[in-house]
Amino acid sequence: MDRLDRLRGPEPPRPHDARAIAALAANPGCARRAVLDAAGVDKDAVATHLGFPAPFGRSPFAITRGDAFEALVKEGGGAELLRLLRELLGLPLPLAGYTDLADVGGNPSAHLRHSHTRRLIDRAARDAGEAATLYDHPLLRLEIAGYHSYLEPDVVAFQLGGRFHIVEIKSFAVVDGQAEPDKVAAAARQAAVYVLALSTLLAELGHDPSRVSHEIVLVCPENFANRPAATLVDVRRELAVLRRQLARMTRVGAIVEPLPDTLTFDLGRDDGGVPRRPVAELRSAVREVGARYAPDCLNTCDLCFFCREEAAEAGATDLLGRQVRDELGGVATVAEALALADGSLAPDDDRAEIARLLRLADRLYAEVS
Amino acid sequence: MSTLSALARLRALREGRAQRLATVRHCHLSDRPMVLIPLRLAGEAAAPLAAMAGTDPDHPRLLVVPQPRDRDLRFAFTAELAEVVLPYVEGLQKATETVERRGAEPYERCVDAPQLLVPNPAGVTFVQLLGRSTRFRRAEGPYAVHPSVPVLGRWLTFFGRRAQYPGSVLLAAATDLLSLHWATGQSALEDANLASLLGWIDPPPGMSGASAAREAEDPLVWPPAGPATDPGFDAEVLAPAIRAYQEAPGERAAAAVAAAVRSQLEPTWRLMWRAVDLLRALPPGGGAAARWEGDRTAFTAFAAQLAEGAPPQPRRDGAVAAAARLARMERARAVYDAQRAFDDPLVMAGHRLAGEAFTGTVVAAEPDRTEGEGRGRKLRPLLVVRTGDPVRLAAGARLATPARRGQRADVVDVAGGEVTLKIVKGMGRGTTATPGAVPQVGEVVCYAALTDEYQPPAALPAPEETPWTHGGPPPEYVPAEDDAEEDWS
Repeated sequence: MDRLDRLRGPEPPRPHDARAIAALAANPGCARRAVLDAAGVDKDAVATHLGFPAPFGRSPFAITRGDAFEALVKEGGGAELLRLLRELLGLPLPLAGYTDLADVGGNPSAHLRHSHTRRLIDRAARDAGEAATLYDHPLLRLEIAGYHSYLEPDVVAFQLGGRFHIVEIKSFAVVDGQAEPDKVAAAARQAAVYVLALSTLLAELGHDPSRVSHEIVLVCPENFANRPAATLVDVRRELAVLRRQLARMTRVGAIVEPLPDTLTFDLGRDDGGVPRRPVAELRSAVREVGARYAPDCLNTCDLCFFCREEAAEAGATDLLGRQVRDELGGVATVAEALALADGSLAPDDDRAEIARLLRLADRLYAEVS
Repeated sequence: MSTLSALARLRALREGRAQRLATVRHCHLSDRPMVLIPLRLAGEAAAPLAAMAGTDPDHPRLLVVPQPRDRDLRFAFTAELAEVVLPYVEGLQKATETVERRGAEPYERCVDAPQLLVPNPAGVTFVQLLGRSTRFRRAEGPYAVHPSVPVLGRWLTFFGRRAQYPGSVLLAAATDLLSLHWATGQSALEDANLASLLGWIDPPPGMSGASAAREAEDPLVWPPAGPATDPGFDAEVLAPAIRAYQEAPGERAAAAVAAAVRSQLEPTWRLMWRAVDLLRALPPGGGAAARWEGDRTAFTAFAAQLAEGAPPQPRRDGAVAAAARLARMERARAVYDAQRAFDDPLVMAGHRLAGEAFTGTVVAAEPDRTEGEGRGRKLRPLLVVRTGDPVRLAAGARLATPARRGQRADVVDVAGGEVTLKIVKGMGRGTTATPGAVPQVGEVVCYAALTDEYQPPAALPAPEETPWTHGGPPPEYVPAEDDAEEDWS
């Protein structure tokens, strides 16, 4: 693992929160992203130092609203949440315990909090007769490319009779039973990370990992009010994608192997924390690892603007989106595609079919426009 | 996405400027459209923050909610929006024309209809949500609102639902209309940014489309076209202004919020009218007017329903209504695709590349060929067309041709670059072809497996006979009493 440490430099590895882990599955073919993430490099800082700061930001209004809604759902020891679970799962739940796992006697170390979560989950799993319990802020962890990443606790685990449900609280509205598909999909991907982490924990403790339900409870405001409503969301598909992606990341060694020994993404911060590494040097370091840019990266990856610029310089057809690339039958550069179209480049056998279509398109375009 | 539009994007990238995807305008553009740019408070489903609206490019109306979390201020905003939208909509109901129909009673149709233009598809969604959150309100009882609010809600719901209808432009997103006519050198995802899309289509003098589009991505130069606002603006400008209003509500504090949102809306307002001008400069295609007639009919019918005191649109369609609507939308999609191809050789070229249409020269024709005997003898002219297009049509496929719109032909055979066709409709009565109806040898013709023919509506059971597979007959829709009191927090 010291190889990955060297790539990152002296800074501590950046922890992956569930959102970051879920985003790993967004572009599995990108070696650059796989290496930077596996090494725990702060991609946002790298992108900023390269002069291509990430276009992401969250409005303070959205943050306030999200926090307020979460507080509302968890109010009074989770009374409202319990009501929702009772209705959704059809369970006779007169009462449920509420344990805030963030409360470990003033010691905020992640390691300690995780052991605390471990201990309580172990006890609940052993003693199946125990009353229903809500575990707020469980601190879970997941192994990512050989590192243990602690997951930011913005979730509740609900236990009844030794079975666990992950409860994800989101503040986007469900209007007349419908929510924005993108947001539901993102929530499902994130919740899948927690499901995986919790079932891994159970397995480590010697319990049956399938005691974690693959149906997560999504709690959202209903219609335009602040009143929460709960829905079950099946995350089996997201789990499968996530498992595959994590397995791939443990094989990141194969990508790292051929890279030069001296390669590092260290920002060379001075004592004041200001990055001092020459930008050109960092740029060539980042370029040592190939990226696979797609316009979707603009929604998920901190390095998106840098990679887009690189794709533009190379004249890559990736720039125009996957649909266009598919339509071009995988022709990689704009120049090549245009040369095939105007006939100035003779196609090899593999490209004969797409070249014929492009030439015809070129002819038709000239004929009618 | 066809190979043709992919090639157009490649060319746009090479030229540094958007390339035409159409030779004519495929959407009706009103002489007096209403531009509406809504802004939403971040993190909320449909909490309006502000809107800029109007029909006069030089006199936009700015509506602001100085504290978007205040329910009363929100309803004041919707009442104010109603003051802008309703006179526009109602003014167009006055002039009508009588439409004669064969075998049916003539009916009245408005000679013009409203057209709401929003910047992007997210704006259309916001209009739908705003309609949903206001149409059930009441002017009396608890939580009473201004009487115009539920009326606005019903209209916005009508516009929002109609926007899902292929080819309808009563409510349309500027980015959609522009993307229909131009291909840029960026991805479809980036085209959803109005400023960047217009950068490609109409870059400032001395600037390439690519650099104009990049510049347009800077929220400080071109604020987002809504409904979402720039998080940086929210944190640095809007939040302090709203806080100041919260602490000391009054005209000055409200004016400060208004000035802040105006700075975000004005650039988009100018972009919207530039988009209108660019679209207006294109010559209109024939189908656009026909589809606008459909829009006018829908508008007239809804205005009548509203006048008769129909209840607000239900939260969700019943099974039969949903199936009927889906079937109508599918037919509209087929007609829309066919009409655009018939109006525009560039659109037809996309179908030709896909093998669903072809252009070629007639090499043999039997205009007076007949089939059958005696009284059953029918005129069925044969045509052989030589083409270089990659035809992918099976024998028996039903074709139409832009040059002779009523004509229909069936594919008999496709072999060695020659297509044999049998004309089955639109060639004349009796056993002799009408002169000119059958193409002659040497004529260049185009045939396509597309149809804009009238298709009868799908046969569906009455709502009260909904089968159990679809939940059985739905309960009769009665607007619930508490709908009007629904929270909006």
